[in-house]
Amino acid sequence: MSKVLMIHPDRCTGCRNCELACSFLHENVFRPVISRIHVFSWEREGISVPMMCQHCDNAPCVNVCPTAAMHRNGTTNWVEWNETNCIRCKMCTIACPFGNAVYDSITNKIVKCDMCSGDPECVKFCPNKVLEYADDTSAVRSRKKAFSAKFKEAFKEVTQEVK
Amino acid sequence: MYGWTGTILRINLTDSSIRKEATEPKLAQQYIGARGLGTKIMWNEVDPKVDPLSPENKLIFAPGPLSGTFAPSASHYNVVTKGPLTGTIAASSSGGVFGPELKYAGYDAVIIEGKAEKPVYIWIKDDQVEIRDASQIWGKTTQETTESLRAATDDDAKIACIGPAGEKLVLIASIMNEMNRAAGRSGVGAVMGSKNLKAIAVLGSGAVRVADPVAFKAAAVKARQKIMAHPVGGQGLKAYGTDILVNILNGVGALPTRNYRESIFANADAVGGESLTARLLIRPRACNACVISCGRATEVTAAKYQGIGEGPEYEAAWAFGPDCGIDNLEAGVKANFICNDLGLDSISVGATIACAMDMYEDGILTLKDTGGVALNFGNVDNMVEMVRQTGLREGFGDKLSMGSYRLAESYGHPEYSITVKKQETPAYDPRGVQGIGLNYATSNRGGCHVRGYTIAVEVLGNPVKLDQYTTEGKAQTVIAHQNLTAALDSSGECLFATFGIGAEELAELVSTATGVLYSTDDFMKAGERIWNLERLFNLKAGIGGSEDTLPTRMLKDPIKSGPSKGHVNELDKMLPEYYQQRGWNAKGIPTKEKIMELSLNLSDRDINEIQSKEKVKEVPIKR
Repeated sequence: MSKVLMIHPDRCTGCRNCELACSFLHENVFRPVISRIHVFSWEREGISVPMMCQHCDNAPCVNVCPTAAMHRNGTTNWVEWNETNCIRCKMCTIACPFGNAVYDSITNKIVKCDMCSGDPECVKFCPNKVLEYADDTSAVRSRKKAFSAKFKEAFKEVTQEVK
Repeated sequence: MYGWTGTILRINLTDSSIRKEATEPKLAQQYIGARGLGTKIMWNEVDPKVDPLSPENKLIFAPGPLSGTFAPSASHYNVVTKGPLTGTIAASSSGGVFGPELKYAGYDAVIIEGKAEKPVYIWIKDDQVEIRDASQIWGKTTQETTESLRAATDDDAKIACIGPAGEKLVLIASIMNEMNRAAGRSGVGAVMGSKNLKAIAVLGSGAVRVADPVAFKAAAVKARQKIMAHPVGGQGLKAYGTDILVNILNGVGALPTRNYRESIFANADAVGGESLTARLLIRPRACNACVISCGRATEVTAAKYQGIGEGPEYEAAWAFGPDCGIDNLEAGVKANFICNDLGLDSISVGATIACAMDMYEDGILTLKDTGGVALNFGNVDNMVEMVRQTGLREGFGDKLSMGSYRLAESYGHPEYSITVKKQETPAYDPRGVQGIGLNYATSNRGGCHVRGYTIAVEVLGNPVKLDQYTTEGKAQTVIAHQNLTAALDSSGECLFATFGIGAEELAELVSTATGVLYSTDDFMKAGERIWNLERLFNLKAGIGGSEDTLPTRMLKDPIKSGPSKGHVNELDKMLPEYYQQRGWNAKGIPTKEKIMELSLNLSDRDINEIQSKEKVKEVPIKR
């Protein structure tokens, strides 16, 4: 059965251990800008929201990719990036509605969550159980949807605040 | 370099010059970073006799080698300068993300020199550094400043800034970062204000590298597990915040009440962490890489004290609560929000108001002095109003803005000020907890608990429990805590990591991060070196053994009631032993042998100048 990464933003304290762990595992250095997960904090309201690739069912990054470097893995159902096939046109970074695919000029890579090949480091380093690696059952899906609704609410609040 | 970035940024605001210099590996090794490295730079470059608010003073923002890594709770940077409140070296530590961000931008320290002609802020984006006009944001609160500067620079920029208090040279002004994190003590905000520097905005896209990634990760994971398994580090602080201490200190009869007139407070629970959690907490908050989450996002909906923000932590809850004879939690939270917004040290502000209340109760201050504001103990609304007036130097707040020592002295009654070296002591009564009194008396930045937090052993039993009332062995306990904390502060760690790990784990983290092998002893030795250099700085500034004392109230007036009834602080039983074990002479001056042993590399002229001070100084303890 495929697995998904669920986010519980209501539990997030904004510590960014996930970002640091992600960067260190993938790059061997602490460089949060190329972490595959990012935590955005609004200090005035005390809210933090982790953002990462949603591995969308109908993924705009896959649809837009001219070389199929961005593709769906048939076994895991995750969206994956192939470094060799990629021509660095960066269309995927524009297509992603969440901004979760990013190009890093220093490493010349598209930076996007790869689920750590099934053992996500961010989940291991989160001290507050904000991130959950769970079987992709219908029960989990419905919970995931409930949390995404919270996301929406959080964003609405923040957007209003900014305006 | 590993751990360290290898670059120090030097900005002179007088001539607008910006320079990048190499971090000297030898100094980094000896003084680790942050507090230690900053103090060494101060020692090398600034005359300790300098007026703290003059352009000749320098202001150093320095993270440590662990800042920016995932060493648990390694979020800190230190602001190092000569403090205007105390006249001593000041090293004020703050968490959040600002310190790590300086590392990602590529810097081990930012040294600010001189004074800008008009208000400016500094924008650091990796290696691009600009001094920009700040006239539009001068006068704004820390929240407004943070939001304005993010709009002007980058939405993700991390901002350290002063509020109106720092601009107006309030001697108890703080520097705030990410709105709610404070480099709070010794008046560092006033130094920033004196330089016409409103803020530093920083955004970094670079990396912090460690020397041995595999060993570093193993050390960090082990340290995390220890902290998370600890009852205080892993559970208590996340559930209730540091405010959990209100009921604990009240229970052992050492919760200073009404400006230290008493040491238990009848309705303490009303302002404790349990009440805060039940009534006003939104959720716990954490600094970078933290596994503890002691921060409190809180909201008050009651119209009178309405607001949303962070805190209070224990010290602020005490300062605006029991110390002022107040049991109104919402008012304390509001007072703390005002401190964050105006950029004030909540400990010193609350304690200064408590001192004024004490003088008012005894008729030394009258309504004529206070601008018609009644300052009896327990006067909730006027306490909150005085916080605001202090930050803006309005009305009687102008007097309060000098801190309690100068306030009480100006009315001819310095004994009402509960301060050491002119800085307000925090929320642990040293009559009921002996060792913390010795730590207050000898602290290099004046009255302060986080130079040597012996409360850990004397009250909380971490890692072992010592009798709170005995003086025996406390000199050694205080020295060990002071040395460890000096090294820890210099590494970029948060003091709360010691609820789980100690010198051994910290030495391992710093060693694997930097590639410089620190044994546990080396790490502690670095802490001792830093402590002694701070002491030497203060001695050259003219502050020595005769200032290693406590307020008369702590030494002479026994606690009136509660578990600690009848106790005073017996400093005279501990201080001579402290000097001796420190390798200092009877006047509290480091001996030549100790200076050599610690490789402090002082010139003979410096040593002679410092040694000659003992001839003019009186006996160490005032009685």
